[in-house]
Parts: sequence; structure tokens; C-alpha cells
Amino acid sequence: MDNQEIQNQVFAIISEKLDKKVSEISEKLNKNVSEISLMNDLGADSLDSVELVMGLEEKFDISIEDEKVEELKTIGDIVSYISANITTKG
Amino acid sequence: MDECKSNLLKGKRGVIMGIANDRSIASGIAEAFINHGAEIGISYHPALESRAMKIAESTGASFAHSCDAEKEGEIASFFNKVGQKWDNIDFLIHSIAFADKTYMKDKYSDITKDAFAQALDISCYSFTEAAKECAPLMKNGGSMITLSYYGAQKFIPHYNVMGVAKAALEASVMYLANDFGVDNIRVNCISAGPIRTLASSAIRDFPELLSWHRTHSPIKSNTTIEEVGGTATYLVSELSKGVTGEIIYVDSGYHTIGVRSPENKAPKQ
Ligand SMILES: NC(=O)c1ccc[n+]([C@@H]2O[C@H](COP(=O)([O-])OP(=O)(O)OC[C@H]3O[C@@H](n4cnc5c(N)ncnc54)[C@H](O)[C@@H]3O)[C@@H](O)[C@H]2O)c1
Repeated sequence: MDNQEIQNQVFAIISEKLDKKVSEISEKLNKNVSEISLMNDLGADSLDSVELVMGLEEKFDISIEDEKVEELKTIGDIVSYISANITTKG
Repeated sequence: MDECKSNLLKGKRGVIMGIANDRSIASGIAEAFINHGAEIGISYHPALESRAMKIAESTGASFAHSCDAEKEGEIASFFNKVGQKWDNIDFLIHSIAFADKTYMKDKYSDITKDAFAQALDISCYSFTEAAKECAPLMKNGGSMITLSYYGAQKFIPHYNVMGVAKAALEASVMYLANDFGVDNIRVNCISAGPIRTLASSAIRDFPELLSWHRTHSPIKSNTTIEEVGGTATYLVSELSKGVTGEIIYVDSGYHTIGVRSPENKAPKQ
């Protein structure tokens, strides 16, 4: 899975969990998608983040440690964490 | 998995407390009950209203009311509303637990008096109170079920105060079964294997617990909310007549394990 593909899947999960379209928000705020903050720009609360993490773990078959979850603040953080931790398979 | 449907619960109605989102064990139970012909009403914590309402709609619940089990009088007023809608009910599902996340890591003995009281109040007393309020509505007898975990019986790392609360909850099942047996009301407990939910995400290192269970259980997979829904269906149906005060494990058989088999390797989820 390349970065673009990961990014698209992350967008899909975020849109589903937070009921918000990432591309629309990025346009409205005139911000690069990777800089969009989950809390500040997407209004995610702590329950949203927990649900998001569970969704990501399931989708990418990874497990994200509790300490790491706090460091995932932007969409860019998520995409690069997943790229680094995903086990490459078919 | 293919959806299993029947008329096993046709003509039965009752309440399910503790739906947070589509991963909640209570949601798996709600789905199963509807599939087997029951009518359900639900209660949810006020902070989870928008999430719970989605499940109420998707399952087709007859009503949904907010109920914060920690607030004095809210359980009674919930059952008051249930009684206004339905003069008679057949089941109660209690799928509520809470402990401050701060204490779901490190040692059990780090707990404070206030945090201990809160965990026992919401995770154990709320079932006793709900049973007490609900019993008068079960005019033709009924079935009450609560949810527990093996941490009530054995030490599980980081389960801490919740293990103590679940031990109290399992003991209360025995006492409630005796209190209400004369009214033909059965009280049982399902002890589920670990499942990734909002509540369990508060437990430090939970993914390791999941992987340990699926590696070392007789059935090499993690418990699902559908599996719990199946056993709950049996416990509410007439098939389980005569069964009360019981702790039933829906945990891939993990509770039967003494020492792990040396050849066990972690299977993929
Ligand atoms: N997930 C597991 O691994 C597992 C295993 C065995 C047993 N259980 C038990 O199953 C039950 C359901 O948990 P779950 O895993 O489905 O998680 P969940 O987060 O979906 O459900 C827990 C529910 O408790 C409710 N709750 C918490 N405090 C409350 C309060 N003050 N008033 C009213 N409701 C309150 C929450 O709103 C939520 O709906 C709990 O008793 C839990 O201990 C869970």
C-alpha cells in the first residue's frame, strides 16, 4: 500500500467516524490536508479519537499503543504512523 | 457471519441498558434480540446520546431514553417511563460499567476511596438498582442479564478495580436470583472474552489481552458481540427456563485454561 492509498483510506475512516469530509474542510480552511488537526479543525473529542483509533487498527491490521495515540494530532501524523507500522502484504 | 433469525423471542419485550456505539456488547445483543423477534427499548448515558440514537434507529428500538446510572433517581425514573409505555416486560439487559481510566493501569492498590466507590456504584450497584426497579414490571416472570469479565475470578493485568467490581457484580447475581426467583424472574450473567469497545479501550495494553486470549483459548479467535448476542438470546428465551444465578462464559473457552499449550502461536485476527 503506498502513501496515497493509505491517505485515501484514512480519509474514508475519518469521514465515516466524524461525519466530516476532509477535502471540504481542507478547502475551507485553506490548509494542506496533512496539517489538519483532528481536535482543532475537525472538532474531534476524546471519544471520537478512541473510535477513530479502533477504526484504523481494524482497517490496517495494526495496533496503536496508548502512548502513541496522544501523539497523533494531525492527519499527517496518522498517515505517517500507519506507513511506518503497516506490515506489507498483498 | 450469516444473520441468524427466528421467532424465539416473539412476543417478548424488554430493555437494554448500555448502548454506546455499534461496537457495544449491548448493540450486539439488541441486534440479536430484534432478529429473533423481540421488541426492545434502550437507555443510554447522556454523553453518548447521538451515538446511541444511531443504534436505536438502525436496530429499530421502540424507544430510547437517557439514564445516567450515577445520578440519584435516574434509574427509577427510567423504569417509570418504561412502565408508562409497557405495562409488562420480559427482560432486562444491564451492560454498563465505569472506572476512572487513571486506575486502569499499574497497580490495583493505587485506587482511591472515591474512585473505588464510583466504580462499584456504576458497575455493580446499578444492576441491583435496575433489577429492583424492573422486577415489578415483570408480571409474568422474566430474565435479567448482566455482563462480566474473567477479571472477577482471576488476576488480569490492569483490570484492577474493575475486577473487584465484577466480583461484586457476580456475587450480586446469586443474591438477586434468590430474591426474585419466587416471582419466576431469572437472573444470570454472561462473562465475555475481551472485545474492543469504548469501555475496554480504557484498559492499558488491551490489544495484548486480545491477542493473548485468541492465542491461548481452545477456540482460536476473539469473542464477538454477535456471540454474546446469541447466548443472551438463549438466556431470555424459554429454552433457558430453570437456569438462574448462573455465570455463562462466552469467551472461546479461555476460562478452562490452566497453562498454555507450548505449540500455541498467535493467529492473525
Ligand atoms: N469489552 C470487553 O472486553 C468486555 C468483556 C467482558 C465484559 N464487558 C462488560 O460489558 C459491558 C458493556 O461494555 P462494552 O465493552 O460493550 O463497552 P461500551 O463502552 O460500549 O459500553 C459501556 C456502557 O456503559 C455505559 N455507562 C458508563 N457509565 C455509565 C453511567 N454512569 N450511567 C449509564 N451508563 C453508563 C456507557 O454509556 C456505555 O454504553 C460492561 O459491563 C463491560 O464491563 C466488556
